[in-house]
Amino acid sequence: MSLQHYLVISISLFTLGIFCVLTRRNAISILMGIELILNSCNLNFVAFSRYVTPPDDISGQVIALFGIALAAAEAAVFLAIILAIYREFRTISPDETDTLKG
Amino acid sequence: MEFGLKQLVFYVFALLTVGSAVIVVTIRNIVYAAFSLMMTLFSVAGLYVFLQADFLAATQVVVYVGGILVLILFGVMMTSGRLDMKLKMERGQLFWGGLVSLLIFILLLSVITNTPQWKNVDEGASLEPTTHQIGEMIMRQEFLLPFEVTSILLLVALIGAALISRKEVREE
Repeated sequence: MSLQHYLVISISLFTLGIFCVLTRRNAISILMGIELILNSCNLNFVAFSRYVTPPDDISGQVIALFGIALAAAEAAVFLAIILAIYREFRTISPDETDTLKG
Repeated sequence: MEFGLKQLVFYVFALLTVGSAVIVVTIRNIVYAAFSLMMTLFSVAGLYVFLQADFLAATQVVVYVGGILVLILFGVMMTSGRLDMKLKMERGQLFWGGLVSLLIFILLLSVITNTPQWKNVDEGASLEPTTHQIGEMIMRQEFLLPFEVTSILLLVALIGAALISRKEVREE
C-alpha cells in the first residue's frame, strides 16, 4: 500500500459525501453525507501523518481525534435543530422549510 | 511488491468502505442507509488500524458507531413517522449533483496522481502503541489548549442541543 491508495479511498468518500449533500431531499441523509466528508478528512490526516511527516510525529492522529469530537458535537446540534424543525413544520425536507426565503 | 495477505485484507477494507458509502448515497430506504453508514465507519476504523493508529481506530468505533450512529437512528425514528420512508430524488438535481461530484473527483484524482512528493513514499517505521504518546501530547504538550477548547465546545454543544430541542413553554 502506498499513500495514494489511502488518498483515493479518501477522495471517493469525499465525492460521495458531496453527492449525498447535493442530491438528497432529507435532512438526516444530508447529515450522513456530512459524516462521510468528515471521515474522508480524518483519513487524510492519519494517512499523511503516517507517510509524510517524520515517523515519530503523530500530530495528525491527534488532529483526527479533535475532528471526531467536532463531528460528535456537530451531529448533536444538527439533530436538535432537525427535531425543532420537525415539530414546527411536520417535515424535514430542506425544500419545504423555506419560511425565510424572500 | 508481492501480493500477500496484508494487501488482500487492505483491498477488502477499501472495497467495503467505498462500496457501503455508495449504498449510503444511493439506497432509497433511510434505515438501510444508516446501517450501511455503520459499515463504512467500521471499515474506516479498519483502515486506521492499517495506518497504525490503534487508539484512533478504537475511538472511531466508540464515538462514531456507538454515539453518532445511534443519534442518527434516533433522529430517523423520531422524524419519519413510519420507518419505510422513501427518499425522493429529482432527475435534474441528480444530474447536476452527479456532474459536480464527478468534476470534483477528477480534479482531486489528477492532483493526487500528479504530485511528485506523494509518489512512492515509503511507510515510516512501525510505530509503538500510540495511546501513551497521544495522552502526553494532549495533556502536556502542544495540544493542551485545543483540548481545553474542545471540552468547552462540547459543553456548549450539549447545552445548545438540549435548549433547541426542548418543547417550547409559552407563558400566557
